[in-house]
Amino acid sequence: MGSINLKQVTKSFGDVNVIKPLDLAIKNGEFIVFVGPSGCGKSTLLRMIAGLEDTTSGTIEIDGQDATNMPPAQRGLAMVFQSYALYPHMSVRANIAFPLKRAKVDPKVIDEKIAAAAKILNLTDYLDRKPGQLSGGQRQRVAIGRAIVRQPSAFLFDEPLSNLDASLRVNMRLEISELHKSLATTMIYVTHDQVEAMTMADRIAVFNGGIIEQVGTPMELYQKPINRFVAGFIGSPKMNFIDVSPKHGDPTHSLGVRPEHLKVTTEKGLWRGTVGVVEHLGSETFLHVNVEGVGTLTIKDHGDCTLQYGDTVNLTAPKNKILHFDANGQTIASLSWQ
Amino acid sequence: MATTQSRTLARVMLLPSVTLLLAWMIVPLCMTLYFSFLDYNLLIPGDNEFVGLLNYEFFLTDPAFVESFFNTLLLVGGVLLITLTCGIALAILLDQAIWGRNYVRIMVLAPFFVMPTVSALVWKNMFMNPVNGLFAHLANWFGVAPIDFFAEMPLLSIVLIVSWQWLPFAALILLTAIQSLDREQLEAAELDGAGPFSKFYYLVLPHLSRAITAVILIETIFLLSIFAEILVTTSGGPGYASTNITYLIYTQSLLQFDVGGGSAGGIVAVIIANIVAIFLMRLIGKNLES
Ligand SMILES: Nc1ncnc2c1ncn2[C@@H]1O[C@H](COP(=O)(O)OP(=O)(O)OP(=O)(O)O)[C@@H](O)[C@H]1O
Ligand SMILES: [Mg+2]
Repeated sequence: MGSINLKQVTKSFGDVNVIKPLDLAIKNGEFIVFVGPSGCGKSTLLRMIAGLEDTTSGTIEIDGQDATNMPPAQRGLAMVFQSYALYPHMSVRANIAFPLKRAKVDPKVIDEKIAAAAKILNLTDYLDRKPGQLSGGQRQRVAIGRAIVRQPSAFLFDEPLSNLDASLRVNMRLEISELHKSLATTMIYVTHDQVEAMTMADRIAVFNGGIIEQVGTPMELYQKPINRFVAGFIGSPKMNFIDVSPKHGDPTHSLGVRPEHLKVTTEKGLWRGTVGVVEHLGSETFLHVNVEGVGTLTIKDHGDCTLQYGDTVNLTAPKNKILHFDANGQTIASLSWQ
Repeated sequence: MATTQSRTLARVMLLPSVTLLLAWMIVPLCMTLYFSFLDYNLLIPGDNEFVGLLNYEFFLTDPAFVESFFNTLLLVGGVLLITLTCGIALAILLDQAIWGRNYVRIMVLAPFFVMPTVSALVWKNMFMNPVNGLFAHLANWFGVAPIDFFAEMPLLSIVLIVSWQWLPFAALILLTAIQSLDREQLEAAELDGAGPFSKFYYLVLPHLSRAITAVILIETIFLLSIFAEILVTTSGGPGYASTNITYLIYTQSLLQFDVGGGSAGGIVAVIIANIVAIFLMRLIGKNLES
């Protein structure tokens, strides 16, 4: 069990309204990722769900029960912090056993659970070390181990991988995804990382300034963002936006084209410009093309692109890949996708 | 300080101050050691004969020595106990987000600025005086007979006064240590189902162990030589009930003008202090290593 229902929740710190009234239904077993710019309230909402922060108004339901004013320990949730928050004076074993001991679980059962968790997380050889003697990835695994032994109804992760180096991050990402598949427990995951969000999530919630702009599967958000903010936030490199002067009868104020949908063409294309910086990444090339009256457009081209600084190029894009936004930045569905 | 040259330079630069400090310590120590073997009384002029260990024998077999030795331990132990328990409680309180805590912190620190003689006098005359003291008034108000603190419980009274002086020091060091405790650890413990007591026992106390060690070591050094508070309040009495080693040496050498006996007592005190120091380092010194 692990469905979480947020109904009109708000949060204010004094006069500052950090979470505007917000509704979100998280289904049992779902992997939902919170993304959004810094300071938009992702951590705050996560901490409210965990019970570490009071809810100003609205209700939080966990498994159909009103949990708004429940103390953290009773909510049956486990949280993995960005700083790991391991207990430095205890061995790995004692760290993992801590929640079980507090719950007065039988010592024999505790030993079994620790052994099982250590096996899943490859920690068996480190059980008697102190957290200070572990690497970052191992510490992260201990933090996860401490969370899973409680068999919580949901896991909350607040940027758990941001302290790890790139290659370790890829490994841990896979491990967490695998863990989700095998445990089938609800997971709420806050991240800044595009790739983590796109690859791990069942659904992504895009936050902006204390509200949720859009919730949907990664592909939904990528293909059918409901506004300019979501379109610009999901996808890397960022979507190109082109302002157009509105014509009579056409509500379009701006167009959006993803770098991977822009093509260099020899025919007369939609735009014409000169190549600026060229970034070769090996498997692909990012071209930054300056177009008169439009600005700089980013193009994702194949790896063996031979264009150079100063070349003049024509650019085009398939019609059904161009998004149209109205004056408020909302996507005009009828023009953007058929 | 990595290269040989910079290390040599550092040694040379340190030499004068180290020499001075060493001389400062060694010369009085050697003179005391020398006096302690002499029959040297200011009231009896003449040859200061060499008497071997006689001074030590007198000092150590004096019944007052044993009593003051245990008084010293009780004084140090009692003050440490009170300052640490109250200090931890105070540090936890001051760490809470209470209104005006900056002012409270300064006020808590105040006793440390009052010099020992003054604070002992204030306690003696304003609080513990059996006729005019605040405690006597309180006792009268409740209809019980006031306690004559310095007659009935002289050592405990001194322990209380000294504890009052050292509490701010302990509280302040423990407060800075508490403030460096990672908040996320406490939150994680809360999610793990730890109540306030478990959080204190499993997280706060281990985190404080280094600060507690520092407080114990520093306070012990100073508490072994408590003097002013005793002189001002009980003068070591009644009998030897509130005499510690330091005060005993004072009565020996200055009140009886016996330089030899006092010096022997001083050397004994130095030895006791070193034994205590070694004992403490063995016991809790490992806490200081990270
Ligand atoms: N205890 C607090 N008191 C006052 N304001 C706070 C407090 N905690 C957070 N805020 C404010 O609430 C807003 C949201 O903070 P939050 O930590 O939720 O952001 P976030 O989305 O997690 O950002 P990031 O991605 O940088 O972690 C910020 O503007 C922050 O300044
Ligand atoms: Mg955050």
